[in-house]
Amino acid sequence: MVKPRRILIKEEYCIGCRLCEVYCITQHSPSKDIIRTYKGSEVRPVSGIYFEEKGSVSFAIQCRHCDEAPCIENCLTGAMYRDEKTGRVLHNRDKCVGCWMCVMSCPLGVIKIDYEKKKVVSKCDLCIDREFPACVEHCPNEAILLVDEKGERVEKKSG
Amino acid sequence: MRQYFLLTKKVKGWRKKVAENMVTEYLIIGNSVAGVNCIAGIREMDRDGSIVVISDEDVYNYSRPLISYYLGGRLGIDALSFKNEDFYKDNRVELILGTKAERLDIDRKEVVTSKGVIKFNKLLIATGGRPVIPAIDGYAEDIEGIFTFTNLSDAKRLDGYIKRKNIKKGVILGGGLIGLKCAEGLIERGIQVSIVEMSDRLLSMTLDKDASLFIEEMLKNKKQCDVLTKETVNRIMCDGKLLSGVTLSSGKNIHTELLIIAAGVRPDITLVKDTFIKYNRGILVDEHMRTSVPFIYAAGDVAEGKDMITGNNSVIAIWPVAAKQGKVAGMNMAGSDIIYDGLFPMNAVDIVGVPVISFGITNPSETDGYEIVKERRENIYKKIVLKDNRIVGCIFLGRIERSGIFQGLIKYKIDVSRFKDELLSDDFGLLVLPAEYRKHMVRGEGIEV
Amino acid sequence: MAKAKNIAEFIIERDEKKCIKCQACVRVCSNDVHNYDEETEEILSDNIKCVGCHFCEDICPTGALTIRRNLSETKENAHWTRDYIYKVVKQASTGGILLTGMGNDRPYKNYFEHIVLNAAQVTNPSIDPLREPMELKTFIGRKPDRIIYDKTRGKYILKERVTNLLELELPVMFSAMSFGSISLNACKSLAKAASASGVYWNTGEGGLHKDLYPYADRAIVQIASGRFGVNVEYLEKAAAVEIKIGQGAKPGIGGHLPGEKVSEEISLTRMIPEGSDAISPAPHHDIYSIEDLRQLIFAIKEATSYRKPVGVKIAAVHNVAPIASGIVRAGADFITIDGIRGGTGAAPVAIRDNVGIPIEIAVAVVDQRLREEGIRNQASIIAAGGFRTSADIVKAIALGADAVYIGTAALIALGCHVCQKCYTGKCNWGIATQDPYLTRRLNPEIGAKRLSNLLRAWALEIKEMLGGMGINAIESLRGNREQLRAVGLNEVELNLLGIKHAGEAW
Repeated sequence: MVKPRRILIKEEYCIGCRLCEVYCITQHSPSKDIIRTYKGSEVRPVSGIYFEEKGSVSFAIQCRHCDEAPCIENCLTGAMYRDEKTGRVLHNRDKCVGCWMCVMSCPLGVIKIDYEKKKVVSKCDLCIDREFPACVEHCPNEAILLVDEKGERVEKKSG
Repeated sequence: MRQYFLLTKKVKGWRKKVAENMVTEYLIIGNSVAGVNCIAGIREMDRDGSIVVISDEDVYNYSRPLISYYLGGRLGIDALSFKNEDFYKDNRVELILGTKAERLDIDRKEVVTSKGVIKFNKLLIATGGRPVIPAIDGYAEDIEGIFTFTNLSDAKRLDGYIKRKNIKKGVILGGGLIGLKCAEGLIERGIQVSIVEMSDRLLSMTLDKDASLFIEEMLKNKKQCDVLTKETVNRIMCDGKLLSGVTLSSGKNIHTELLIIAAGVRPDITLVKDTFIKYNRGILVDEHMRTSVPFIYAAGDVAEGKDMITGNNSVIAIWPVAAKQGKVAGMNMAGSDIIYDGLFPMNAVDIVGVPVISFGITNPSETDGYEIVKERRENIYKKIVLKDNRIVGCIFLGRIERSGIFQGLIKYKIDVSRFKDELLSDDFGLLVLPAEYRKHMVRGEGIEV
Repeated sequence: MAKAKNIAEFIIERDEKKCIKCQACVRVCSNDVHNYDEETEEILSDNIKCVGCHFCEDICPTGALTIRRNLSETKENAHWTRDYIYKVVKQASTGGILLTGMGNDRPYKNYFEHIVLNAAQVTNPSIDPLREPMELKTFIGRKPDRIIYDKTRGKYILKERVTNLLELELPVMFSAMSFGSISLNACKSLAKAASASGVYWNTGEGGLHKDLYPYADRAIVQIASGRFGVNVEYLEKAAAVEIKIGQGAKPGIGGHLPGEKVSEEISLTRMIPEGSDAISPAPHHDIYSIEDLRQLIFAIKEATSYRKPVGVKIAAVHNVAPIASGIVRAGADFITIDGIRGGTGAAPVAIRDNVGIPIEIAVAVVDQRLREEGIRNQASIIAAGGFRTSADIVKAIALGADAVYIGTAALIALGCHVCQKCYTGKCNWGIATQDPYLTRRLNPEIGAKRLSNLLRAWALEIKEMLGGMGINAIESLRGNREQLRAVGLNEVELNLLGIKHAGEAW
C-alpha cells in the first residue's frame, strides 16, 4: 500500500490563530482566492479541521489518513475509500448515505457532518489538487508539518 | 473512479460452477462484510494462496444495511455495493454464487455444497443470521403478504409486492433496528406503518427509555406511523392464502395486507450443528476468531465472542464488528497472530432524520455501581454510563460528532475521573483527555500525529 | 482635572475591502485591542491599547491591517514634544517611576553614522572573499605576554599554562538576556543558534535552566549581584564566567523581576522562592572596591580550576577607561563594555535615556588606554549596546573591540518590533513574557534558524568589507584605526576616537 504523507502536529507551537481553517476553506472553495471566498457570493465550504482550545493549549487536528482506517473498513457504501496512487483516505460525497458508521469508528472524531443533507460534509483530503497542504503551508509558527512515510519532514519547495 | 457498477449485469466469470475435485487453500462461506474483509485480511499476509468464496445469494457484492434505502427508493440497486467490480478479480478470489453450504466434514476438511464438494485447508464460516419467526397462531410459510427483511431478495420481493398490490399500509412486528429501518423505507414510499413492539420501548436492545422516546416522537410526527409498545401479534388472519389482518395481544385487530416480521435474528449455525464445533447461540470463537477446531474460524453475525465490558459471551451483530472480525480471522488464517480486542456492542444509525450512536452498556439493569451522567435538551440527548470511573457505555442522539473518541476511551479503559464533568460538553474533544493518552491515540497503530 | 485621557500612540487602519473577519487579530492580541461584535459582525479596534508590536499586522492573512503612529496630538514644539508632555501627565497621575523596555531611543549623536570605512584602491588590492580564504575566527580571553615553549622531537610543547580561550567562528555573540526577562523558548533559540553557528550565548542573571544544559558548553554564565542560580553545576558546565557589575541600559542601579513573573520554573532556575520579587541590588554586597573585585575574580578562577575565562561586565560611564584598566589589572580575562544604547527588559525611562556614554567612544578610549599601559593583551574587549548591522560591528572592531554582543538585534530576528513594552510581560511575540499562551508563539526551531541566518548574513558582509579593505583576517582589523575616517566630527571627538577626518591621508 502506498503510504500517504502525513501532517505532524506539534501542539506546543500552536498559537490559536485558526488560520489553518481559513486556508483550508479557501483551498476548497471554487475560486481558491481568500477574499472572494469570504466576501464573495460563492458557497463557503466547511474546513476539514477541528480546532480545539483549552486555556493556553490548542491545536488543529484533521484526518490522519491512517494505514488501518476504520472509517474505510466500516463504510457501508464504499464512499470512504483509499486513493491507490497517494495512499490518502478520500470521501465520495455522492455515494455517502449518512449511515454514520465512520463517525462512530474514527478514534479522533475528525469527520464532520451535514445534518441536513445527511452526509459527511467534510474530511481532510490532504489537498488533493495541490502539491502541499494549504494548512501546513500557512501555519505561521510551524505547528503543523508535513512528513513523508518515513516520518521525515517534507518542506515546500520555494518557487 | 466509476461511482456505480451494476449488480444486475451478468458479470463475466463470477458464476462458476464448483469444479470437479475442487481444492482451495482458503474457503470462505458467506459473502457479506465478514467474508469480504476476511479476503482483505488473508491477502495482507498471503498474496498467493487460493481463496474461494461461496454465497447462497445471486448477487456478487452488496451492503445488507442499505436494503432499507433501496426499499425507500433512495438508492438504486446499482448503488448498494461497497466494493467495486474489480475487487474479487484484483484479489484473485473465486466467487461462486448461488451455492449453499450443506454439510461440513471436519475430518476430511471438506464442505459439501449444493453444487459440489470443496476441499479446503483453512475455513471461515460467515453465514450470518437468519430471521426469527416467532410462533404465531395462523402463520404459514406460503401466506402471501408476510415478509422478513434481512437480505436483498427480501427487499426485491417486498418492493414487487407493494407495487403489485398498491399497498398503502402495513404492520411491522418488532421495533428493533431492522424493524425501524424497514419502517423508514416504507414511510418514504408513502405507506402507513404500525410498529408493534413487545417491550416497553423501541430499540430496547440498544437504547434506554429516554432515547427511545425521542425516536418514537419523531416517528409519530411523521403522521404515517403509530407505535404500539408492550404488544405483539397473536394471530394472523387470511383470506385463503392472502394475508388480511393481524390480532394483537391486547385484542386489537388491524386490517392489513402487509406484515413484516422483524422480531430478531438468530445466528445461522446449521452447518456446525452436527459437528463437534462448540456453539452456543452462535459459533463460539476466541480472540483470534478461531473456533474450537484450530483451522476453522468464524466471524460476523454467526460468531459469538467475549464482550470486553460485561465479560459474557455474546453475538454482536453489527457491521463494524463483523468487518473487523473478518479481517482478524483472515489474517490469522494466513499465519498471523493478532487478536480482536475491544469487542463490545456499538451502533450507528439514522432513523427518520435522527442520528444515534451508542456504545456498550446503555441501560444498566441496576444502578448499583454504575454512575450515569446525562443531558437532554431540545433535540439532543447524551448519556454516559460509568463504572469505577471508566466509561462502559454511552448514547449520543441528535449531535454525534466526535463520538468516535468514546470508543477508544471504552476500549482502553481510560480513567475519566479528572475530566468527568467535561464528558457531556459540546466542546468535548481530544484536549480534555490527558496529553499522553491523546498523543498515543494519535500515534498508535498506523495512525500518526 | 482629576482624570486625564490616555493617549493612543498608534492608530490601527483596517482595509475593509480586505478584512475577511477571520478574527485572527482578535485572538492573538495580548492587549485585547481587537474585538469582534457578534451582533454587528464587525471587528472594532481600540487604538488606546495598541502598543505597536505589529503582531496582528504580520499575522493578518490578507494584509488588511496597517499600524500607524498617531502624530496629531499636540502643537509642534521641539522642546516640549508630545512624548515629554505625556510623561509628565502620566507621572502626575501615577506618582511612580516610568518604566520602559529595550534600549535608549533618544536622538543622541550616533557615531557609527559618522564613521566611514576604507576600501583598497590601487596601492594594495582588495581580496575577493568568495575566492580567497578569509579568517573571521576570534579568540576571547587572556593572551599571555609571551609564550614559553619547548621543541622536542619536532613537537612544540607549552611550558607555561595558558587559560582556555573562547573560540568564535565570527566576532559576534548573543548578549546577556536572563530567563525571566525573556521566555524559555527565546533562550532556547539563542542557545541553539549559538551552538549551530559556533559562537556563544549569555545566560544573563537568570541562572541556567536545565533544558538549556545541552547548550551549556557554549554558554557564558553571569554572576550578578543577586547571585541567582549560582551553584556548582552552573560554574562547571559553563564555557566562561562573567561578573556583572553594571549594564548599559541602567548603569548604577540593579535589576528587578516582579514577583508575578517568578513562576515555578523561574523559581527553580534562579533558586529563589516562588512569587517573591527577584531583586539584584546595584553593588555586589561583597564588592566595594577594586581589591574586592580581584578577590571575587580569583575566587571564581580557583573554583573553576583556572580552566575558563572569567570576565567582568560594566556599563560605559564617564571614567570607563581607568575603570577598565583597573579591572584588567584585577585579573579579568575579558571585559564587556555596555554602551548607552544597550537594551533591557525593564528600566526607569529617566535612567535608560540619560545615563551612560556611547559604545563607540567607550571602546576607543578603553582600547587606547590599555594599549598605552601595555596590558591590552591581558583581556579581550567585548563591546555591547545597539549594534544594528555588520557595518557597526566592523567599525567597533576597528575601534578596538575583540568581539561584540548583540541583544536587540537578536530579539528583532526573533520577531521583536521594539515596541518597548517588555516590562508588561505581554509580549505578543512570545519573547519578553512567561505567559504560556504567548511563549508558545516563539518556536525555538524557527527562532534558532533565524538567528543563525542573521549571523551567517553578517559574516558574509563582514568578509566583503574586509576584502574590500584588502584585509583577509579580522585580527588585522582589530584596533586598526587607519581603516576608519570620520565625517562631521569635531577635534575632540576625533581625538577620543583616535581617527582622522575624511580627506586626511596617511
